[in-house]
Amino acid sequence: MILKILGTGCKNCKTLERNAREAIKNDNLDVSVEKVEDIPSIMNYGVMSTPALVLNEKVISSGKVLSPQEISRLIQQNL
Amino acid sequence: MFQWLADFIVIDMLGISLSTRLGSALHFFIYDSVKILVLLISMVFVISYIRSYFPPEKVKEWLQGKRKGMASVLAALLGVVSPFCSCSTVPLFIGFVEAGIPLGITFTFLISSPVVNEIALVMLFSIFGIKIATLYVLVGILLAIVAGFIIGKLKMERYVEDYIYQVKMGETTVADLSQKDRIQFAGENVKDTIKKIWLYLVIGIAIGGFIHGYAPEDLLVKYAGEDSLLAVPIATLVGVPLYSNAVGSLPIIEALIQKGVAIGTALSFMMAMVALSLPEMILLRKVIKPRLIGVFIITVSIGIMLIGYGFNIIL
Repeated sequence: MILKILGTGCKNCKTLERNAREAIKNDNLDVSVEKVEDIPSIMNYGVMSTPALVLNEKVISSGKVLSPQEISRLIQQNL
Repeated sequence: MFQWLADFIVIDMLGISLSTRLGSALHFFIYDSVKILVLLISMVFVISYIRSYFPPEKVKEWLQGKRKGMASVLAALLGVVSPFCSCSTVPLFIGFVEAGIPLGITFTFLISSPVVNEIALVMLFSIFGIKIATLYVLVGILLAIVAGFIIGKLKMERYVEDYIYQVKMGETTVADLSQKDRIQFAGENVKDTIKKIWLYLVIGIAIGGFIHGYAPEDLLVKYAGEDSLLAVPIATLVGVPLYSNAVGSLPIIEALIQKGVAIGTALSFMMAMVALSLPEMILLRKVIKPRLIGVFIITVSIGIMLIGYGFNIIL
C-alpha cells in the first residue's frame, strides 16, 4: 500500500507527514509513505486545499491536518 | 462584565489605582485579553461551522461559467466565508485558472479571503463596535472587487507561469459531511486557531497596554492624527512587508487610536498587513510572474490608501 502526502512543503504538510508516519507505526501497517511536492502532480489528484492524503491513488482527505488517530481510522475505512 | 472583571483584578486584588500608569496598562491588558478571547472562541466556532459548507472545490464550481459581474461579486462574498490557509494559495490559484475562471475573479477571491476574515471581524467588532466592523467588511469586499476588476482589465494572463496552463486537474471529490462532522470540524478549528494565535494576541495586547499607559499622546496626534496627510501612505507601506494576522495587530491599533492616531490610518495599516505579505508573495511567485505580482501589490496598496483616506474624511 502507498500513502501519499500532497503538499507544497509548508508547516501543515510536515505535521501531517509526521502524524501519518506515527499512525502507520502505531498500527504496524505495511504502508509506504511518499511525499508529493510537485504542484502539477498535486493538481492531478483534483486537490485544491493542501495538505492532502492519498491512499492507493484515492484522495481520502484534503485541507486538514489530521491527528495520528484520525489517520489510522481513515486508512482502516479505505482499505 | 469584562469591565467588572478587569476592575476587580486590578483594583481589588492587586490594589493598584487606575490613575497610575501601571494600573491603566494592566487594566487594558486584562480587559482586552478576556474580552477578545471570549468573542474569538464563539465567533470562530460559528464561522468554522458555516465554512464547512464552502470548501474551495465547491467555490470553484459555483464561480465556473458565471457571468463576469455576477462572478466577481460572488467571488468577493465567498472569500469572506471560505478562507483558505496561505499554504493552499498555489493549488487554489491553479484550480481556479484551470477551471477557466478569469484572472481578475481569481484575484478578487485571493484579496477578499484574507482581508475580510472572522478573526479580523471579531477584533474590529470588540474594539470599535458594529459600525466600524460593518464598514470594514463593505470596503474590504469593494476593494477585492475593484482590484480584481482592474487586474482583469489589464489582460495580465500572459504573466501567469506557463506551466499552469498545462496542468490538468483530476476529478475532484468533496466528502459529504454529517452535522456531527461539521460541529467537530468547528470545534477543532477553534482549538487550532487559539493555539496558533494566543501568543500573538498576548504580545499584541501587551504592546497595546504599554502604548496605552506610556506612549506620548501629543507626538502621535501630531504625526498620525487626522490632519496628517502622509500618515496613510506611510502606514500602508510599513504594513505591506509586515506579516501578522489581524489578531496581533489590532490591540496595538486600538491603543494607537485611543492615543489619537486617525482610524483610517490605523485600518490602512491593518489591511496592508493582512492583504499583502511577504510569505504570500513568495508563494504567488510560483504561479505568476513578477510583473503581475507588482501590479497586484500596487493595485491593492492604492486601494488600501484610498480606503484609509476615506475613513479619515468620513469618520
